[in-house]
Amino acid sequence: MAEIFGDFIEPQKDEVEYLIVGFSSASLPLKQRWKNKGLSADFIAGYLQTFFVGRRGNALRNGETIPAHSHNATKYIANELLENAMKFSDESARYSTRISFYLHEERLIFYVTNSISAVNREKFQIYIRKLLSCDANALYIEQMEANALDPESTASGLGFLSMNCDYSAKLAWKFDASLDGDSTDGKPVSVVTTMVCVDV
Amino acid sequence: MEINQEGYCVSFNEIKQEITCQGSLMLAGTEEYLPILELLKQASEQVSDSLTLNICNLDFINSSGINTMTKFVILVRNQKTPQLSIHYAAEQAWQMKLVSNLQRLMPDLLAVEQ
Repeated sequence: MAEIFGDFIEPQKDEVEYLIVGFSSASLPLKQRWKNKGLSADFIAGYLQTFFVGRRGNALRNGETIPAHSHNATKYIANELLENAMKFSDESARYSTRISFYLHEERLIFYVTNSISAVNREKFQIYIRKLLSCDANALYIEQMEANALDPESTASGLGFLSMNCDYSAKLAWKFDASLDGDSTDGKPVSVVTTMVCVDV
Repeated sequence: MEINQEGYCVSFNEIKQEITCQGSLMLAGTEEYLPILELLKQASEQVSDSLTLNICNLDFINSSGINTMTKFVILVRNQKTPQLSIHYAAEQAWQMKLVSNLQRLMPDLLAVEQ
């Protein structure tokens, strides 16, 4: 059974335009995929810039189809979501990471689905509970101070907080099991879908 | 001192007492940012009184890059020297957000819009 955290909105393929990109976890080493991720974030932001005009029906005064902050938000969020998916995917599950985004009238919704190991799933859920129950702005600064005190820390823990605090994004998660993967033992793969919603 | 890699450049000009960041900082995690953090720390030790961090030509930064910037600002804040200024481009909305977050950590940080 799926576990939901936050106000998770299911994708509505029939009602809006959407774009889905898939990455095979086994095809490239992390370093090469990292470069690929930057290109993908640029592509997604460029796609939005081009197609959002169709939704709005007109361009803004400066010739931009969407406000610059939305373009930047798209690139930032797509990039952070892909970074997380690449870092925390369970490579033994051989499950393709998928990023998609949906163009609604006044908002964009991103979804990233990736495999996750049992250990990371538990750690991630503890972090999500904290994120959803605390004042995000206070937690953001607290996390920055904590990182500065801990030179050994390898993860910044700032990605979701910056989406929420700097881009007013709403976040939600769905943990599930999928049979789509290519797991070697034939068991369902544990997957997490992160949803990020931003107004444009 | 300079770190010049594909897609980005971080350099320190001792005469101008200025660190300049250019391009896109999208490195993979805290470890890959260590050389940049080291350059920032060394620059803060080499100047006598003031230091400028110029990010006007920085096009993009990921959360690990933000983490590097915040670590550096907290370090200078705790050392109480040098006087740190940040020069940013007003047309880059994300830079204004970064500067505002850095000022929350270090209220004495002087922000100069270019």
